[in-house]
Amino acid sequence: MIDYIARRLLVMIPTLFIISVLVFVIIQLPPGDYLETLVAELQSQGEAVSQERIAFYRQEYGLGEPIWKQFAVWFWGLLQGNMGYSFEYEMPVADVVGDRIWLTILVSFSTILFIYLVSFPIGVYSAVRQYSLGDYTLTFIGFIGLATPNFLLALILMYLANQWFGISIGGLVDPALRDAPFSLEKLLDILGHLWVPVIVIGTAGTAGMIRRLRANLLDELHKQYVTTARAKGVPPRKLLMKYPLRMALNPFIADIGNLLPEIISGAAIVSVVLSLETTGPMLLGALQSQDMYLAGSFLMALALLTVVGNLLSDLALAALDPRIRLGAEAAR
Amino acid sequence: MTGNLLEVRDLRIGFTLDHGTLEAVRGVSFRVPPGGTVALVGESGSGKSVVAQSIMGILPKAARVMGGHILFRDPGNGPDAPPVDIAALPRDGTAMRGIRGGRISIIFQEPMTSLSPLHTIGNQIGEAVELHRGGSAAEIAALTREMLGMVGFPDPARALRTYPFELSGGLRQRAMIAMALVCHPALLIADEPTTALDVTIQAQILKLIRDLQAELGMAVLMITHDLGVVANVAEEVVVMYHGRVMEHGRRADIFHDPRHPYLKALLRAVPRFDMKPGERLVPIRAIEPDATRLTARRVTPPEGADPNRPVLDVRALTKSFTIRKRGFLARADDPAAHRVVAVDGVSFQLRRGECLGLVGESGCGKTTVSKMLMRAIRPDSGGVVYSDGVTDTDVLTLEGDRLKAFRRTMQFIFQDPFSSLDPRMTVLDIVTEPLDIHGIGSPAERKAFAKELMGLVGLDVRHLNRYPHSFSGGQRQRIGIARALALRPEILICDEPVSALDVSIQAQILNLLKDLQRALGLTTLFISHNLAVVDYVADRIAVMCRGRLVEMAPRAALFREPRHPYTQALLRAVPEPNPDRPLDFDHLAGARASDPGAWPAPFTEDDAHLPRLVEVADGHFVRRAPMIRTEGTAA
Repeated sequence: MIDYIARRLLVMIPTLFIISVLVFVIIQLPPGDYLETLVAELQSQGEAVSQERIAFYRQEYGLGEPIWKQFAVWFWGLLQGNMGYSFEYEMPVADVVGDRIWLTILVSFSTILFIYLVSFPIGVYSAVRQYSLGDYTLTFIGFIGLATPNFLLALILMYLANQWFGISIGGLVDPALRDAPFSLEKLLDILGHLWVPVIVIGTAGTAGMIRRLRANLLDELHKQYVTTARAKGVPPRKLLMKYPLRMALNPFIADIGNLLPEIISGAAIVSVVLSLETTGPMLLGALQSQDMYLAGSFLMALALLTVVGNLLSDLALAALDPRIRLGAEAAR
Repeated sequence: MTGNLLEVRDLRIGFTLDHGTLEAVRGVSFRVPPGGTVALVGESGSGKSVVAQSIMGILPKAARVMGGHILFRDPGNGPDAPPVDIAALPRDGTAMRGIRGGRISIIFQEPMTSLSPLHTIGNQIGEAVELHRGGSAAEIAALTREMLGMVGFPDPARALRTYPFELSGGLRQRAMIAMALVCHPALLIADEPTTALDVTIQAQILKLIRDLQAELGMAVLMITHDLGVVANVAEEVVVMYHGRVMEHGRRADIFHDPRHPYLKALLRAVPRFDMKPGERLVPIRAIEPDATRLTARRVTPPEGADPNRPVLDVRALTKSFTIRKRGFLARADDPAAHRVVAVDGVSFQLRRGECLGLVGESGCGKTTVSKMLMRAIRPDSGGVVYSDGVTDTDVLTLEGDRLKAFRRTMQFIFQDPFSSLDPRMTVLDIVTEPLDIHGIGSPAERKAFAKELMGLVGLDVRHLNRYPHSFSGGQRQRIGIARALALRPEILICDEPVSALDVSIQAQILNLLKDLQRALGLTTLFISHNLAVVDYVADRIAVMCRGRLVEMAPRAALFREPRHPYTQALLRAVPEPNPDRPLDFDHLAGARASDPGAWPAPFTEDDAHLPRLVEVADGHFVRRAPMIRTEGTAA
């Protein structure tokens, strides 16, 4: 098992390296660089641009250097934990991202939790009572959730909340508390705001998960080992929990790795609409202004999260399923 | 009749379908005395398994008991307690759950899928104890361990912690039996308990059930389609057909004095060892192949062909598989430990016009051999030479167009008639596809030939535009045969062509294959695990074990005088549908029969002993240490 984990960790190294190359190339693809964008912007506003500052940046970040050299500088920095310098914010990327990454993680994890808590019981119900009124109703609602674009749902919720309760649900923190130090009051405020993005971002994932769990469970319910357990005299509820549900869990867990990046990247537009202080809108801005180190470090963080997420889900699978744990040779 | 353990009275069970109700069981009555063994016999679709499910209260959702009673008199409740009507109990109620798994248990056909892969054997067996007997974890573990020992696990304590996928099929079925018997039920229902197992394992499992039955004093309801099994274990026999009981009686009466035409027909359809030379099986539903043009299609060797030259000369074929570890960074720890030799130096010759039977248990490499002959797998070493009587062709070195051209001479019939036909192609497309691939004839000619082929296998030409799903298993297998014959091959390889079929259909297909072989002058390699079937169709028989040929002889010689201990064990383990010739349960070979290291001298095979095929009589080869004064006649 340790052997397996070590091997998986080793494989992550080339994977992340290839991703970093791709990220860098993609960011560099549009013509020009941040300094050109900046100069053009300032000149259009009639402002003079300090040639010294530009020259300093060019020197400092090697923007005039060939692309592979730029990459090497950036990658070397990444290895040392230095994510580079954001041109736009004029401070190190780590400081820019700082708080936002925690809020992002909070939103993402709440969303995943929401997806699991809601989809699990519904999925099980739908499978066990296949073709019942409840199954059809829940399936119908699920499909609507799947079909509605997230940002639209966000707009609708904002409108309704304003209309009925007279409150603004945009953002994650009340403007009055935004710069306040962390306190219980602020935490409660965040939690008060959190439910909207969680529901908005989570609906599509929930609907998809319900469908998958239902399908998985339906497959398992008719397997021979379920009949064996019934023939043993196991009560129906315990039977369901112990045998088919456990088998149906596998794809559920295997999904964790995919769920993470999906939620974080899918949340960008919702975050813009709801003006959440998460990393999504910042990434969008960084890509637009070609703030390459900010964007690059973001994307690398996402990639790392995906790769780690996949590893975690594989480990969880191995823990749950002896066939995976004890090797494929015997599983015939 | 009050002394019966179980009495089924006029049981009727219906399945609710979209268009009404289908009655699967229509008034079945029988009884099981305490401690007795009753066999419920029938083909698939006869309703026998549905009866078993209703006794267990585990009918599928769509099925329900429409009438009748299932009276169970539990001896554990005392002699005067009134019987319980299982048919009237709520399916998942406490009373039914108490009986299910506690007083009546069931074992299923498929040991591979009947156990949960995620839970240990100990957990799954212990669960039954926990449900019906209770006790502390240590007591439950002790009981489970004792039961695992009883069913023959070599190391019960370790078995508690193993997962089903770590066990062989035979051991899984033993675990299943342990699970069913751990609460000492009054009745065990065995639903085709040995159908999925090899013949030597089957004999062991039958013996195990018999021994445990005597030890625990329980009754057994054996559900099977195999008359050989019935003749060996049952005291009473109930024959079912289309949801009704056709005949019911004591074992001797059933076999010696069958009354009902269906039962008589069934008995005539089973291949037996004591058949007279030239005796034909009588299928229940005979087919009439259109023989008019058969002879015109006969394969004729070219001018000046040597009729004694073997059509196919297989020389020392060897193939090993590497079991790959997962992950591309996997270390090649010990390559030898993960290499499995599937076929080890197999040599034989196919003579023109003969049928060679290739017999062996699952995993012995017989299918791998056939795939290598077909060039589906590349052997590690060895040779395959085809001869049309004049020129020789090295099959293994053929490439491109020459390989494609050669494929016409050798065709294949598959085991599973359901998955070997594309469900999206019509029968016409299926049968003419080989012609299409090889660019033979115009579409009109192909269609005409397809009609002829349909006649050849006894199918209605009007069915050419149908899809495979509208045919039964036997009809599908005939479509597969028609497809194999489309290219007018000289050699036909049949890989277990009847093992997925019912007894009655089996006879039909076997007769068809026999007739076609003779009429078309085909050379056949017939692969099967069923010795009786091979006995019926083959001229010569080769026996494989662990990737090696251990014995090869003309059919009669092999059955009259088997030399190799493995062949002997195999023959001893076959249950015959004749109660006068029962299995010798006390002299079963056990698991060591297929262990080459355990064979006695001169047959032993291990690092020190490397026997080879030696001709011991005319055409009779046995794998053994060379005899003194041997002429070195290894084939």
